[in-house]
Amino acid sequence: MKKLINDPDDVVDEMLDGMVAAYPDQVRRLPDTKVLVRDDAPVDGKVGIVSGGGSGHEPTHAGYLGEGMLDGAAAGEVFTSPTADELEELVGAADSGEGVLMVIKNYEGDVMNFETAGEMVEMEGTDVAQVVVDDDVAVEDSLYTSGRRGVCGTILVHKAAGAKAAEGADLDEVQRVAQKVIDNVGTMGMALTSCITPEKGEATFDLPEDEIELGIGIHGEPGVERTDVMSADEITEELTQNVLEDLDLDDGQEVMTIVNGMGGTPQMELFVVNRKLQQILGDHGLETWDAWVGDYMTSLDMEGCSITVCAVDEELKELLGAPAETPALTVK
Amino acid sequence: MSDEGEAVVAAVAAVADRLETERSHLTDLDSAIGDADHGGNMARGWAAAAEAVAELDDPEPMAVVKTAGKTLLSEVGGASGPLYGGSLVFASPELEDGLTAESSVAFAETYLEKVQDRGDARVGDKTMVDALVPAVHTFKKSVEVDDMEPVAALSKAVAAAQRGVDFTVPIRASKGRASYLGWRSVGHQDPGATSTLYIMEELLDVATAYGEAPEELPDHAESPTIPDGEVTED
Repeated sequence: MKKLINDPDDVVDEMLDGMVAAYPDQVRRLPDTKVLVRDDAPVDGKVGIVSGGGSGHEPTHAGYLGEGMLDGAAAGEVFTSPTADELEELVGAADSGEGVLMVIKNYEGDVMNFETAGEMVEMEGTDVAQVVVDDDVAVEDSLYTSGRRGVCGTILVHKAAGAKAAEGADLDEVQRVAQKVIDNVGTMGMALTSCITPEKGEATFDLPEDEIELGIGIHGEPGVERTDVMSADEITEELTQNVLEDLDLDDGQEVMTIVNGMGGTPQMELFVVNRKLQQILGDHGLETWDAWVGDYMTSLDMEGCSITVCAVDEELKELLGAPAETPALTVK
Repeated sequence: MSDEGEAVVAAVAAVADRLETERSHLTDLDSAIGDADHGGNMARGWAAAAEAVAELDDPEPMAVVKTAGKTLLSEVGGASGPLYGGSLVFASPELEDGLTAESSVAFAETYLEKVQDRGDARVGDKTMVDALVPAVHTFKKSVEVDDMEPVAALSKAVAAAQRGVDFTVPIRASKGRASYLGWRSVGHQDPGATSTLYIMEELLDVATAYGEAPEELPDHAESPTIPDGEVTED
């Protein structure tokens, strides 16, 4: 295995320093933590929005720090939840006195550490609320979760909640729109190859050259089915069908979509998938309001993609389309 | 340093030693049905906790327990950090006025409540709750109903925890990482219940050394393992 790393133990630390060096005007690091916050956090008069989780999913989460999205993000070790004390610092740094919304992906470690941190800052008088994103339609329970996993739909939760907070809404309202996205979004992913974690230095699971895995999570954890290699169109069909069955949308419904790369897949292939995705949605009588294509929530160097569909109404369109200025995503 | 504070510091150190000794055993248990990091995480976390509480200037029980819990939170990570560490932090205020029979029962109940709440687990899910519930119930009953001395009551509680650990072997996991294995989890002892038992055994050892030894050891064969109604509860 060849990787651009030094010591596996230092990967996360060095990555964060590199991010701060790349965006010195936008983000800063809280001393002695793996927490990055907006340079101007806490923003006066605004509800804070924070998220976090294991590293290895870049640009998630710190890539979405900035105006119109997150105020702070905590990075755990690779594929490992941040600890509660770091999350406590994260929430504290994002609180301007208006309260903080914690956007949590549904993984047991993440949920427990965030909840613990939330209770601790509450004891000190901070108002906190949480939402748990569980958009993965592939499996009901997994190696890491009770209930569905939180995957790429999380970015839309950050976007909508961030926009609502930027409008000056209170914590209840910000939580409400975050939950509204969660209630209307579904995602399913697949892998062409395994990812390689820095620590292990080899594939985390064995996927033969002539097979693919459908329904995989963002840690490369098992999906629903291992099949022979299929064409891009067949894979897109399979993923989209599963998401649409789960969402059960009415004819004429407007949707927003994300074709998300897992880290090792070229843009060329993601656009090929998006082309087919949009055809399928049209065939189902659905109208695409906006379509994002790119690496939004990755799994290190895994090859593969996920497809996210979110039903949108006027309120969500306004929030998802509102301006945002972050290292990984700019909406004008 | 108060005697009580000294006892709690000694208990944390004893737990740290024990978990270091059991490190590979716990990891073996975890590798059968989990992700094989429980032994290392717990040993590392409690070693750090022992170090942190040893540095306290005026260690009163509440401060010691809170410091140990906070250290576990930052060192253990994963789900175990909040379950073991967070629960200690939240239960620590119960010891504000020191260690008494009443405060010990209140502490145990708050700790259990926090673990169950956080992990959303019940008896029969094959988790640490299977050891904790019978232990805490036994402790409370022994103190409040049977009027036993705290150390003797703790001794009965440890026996109850042991039966709880045994109970995790034949059942199917329905919470935590082991639940993913479904029926394949049957036949394996739960690592979380096991580490919980080890912690309690060390507490008993230290409590015995500092307090009065129980007059007679509890009968391991008596009393049902699980309080009635707990298994089927929704």
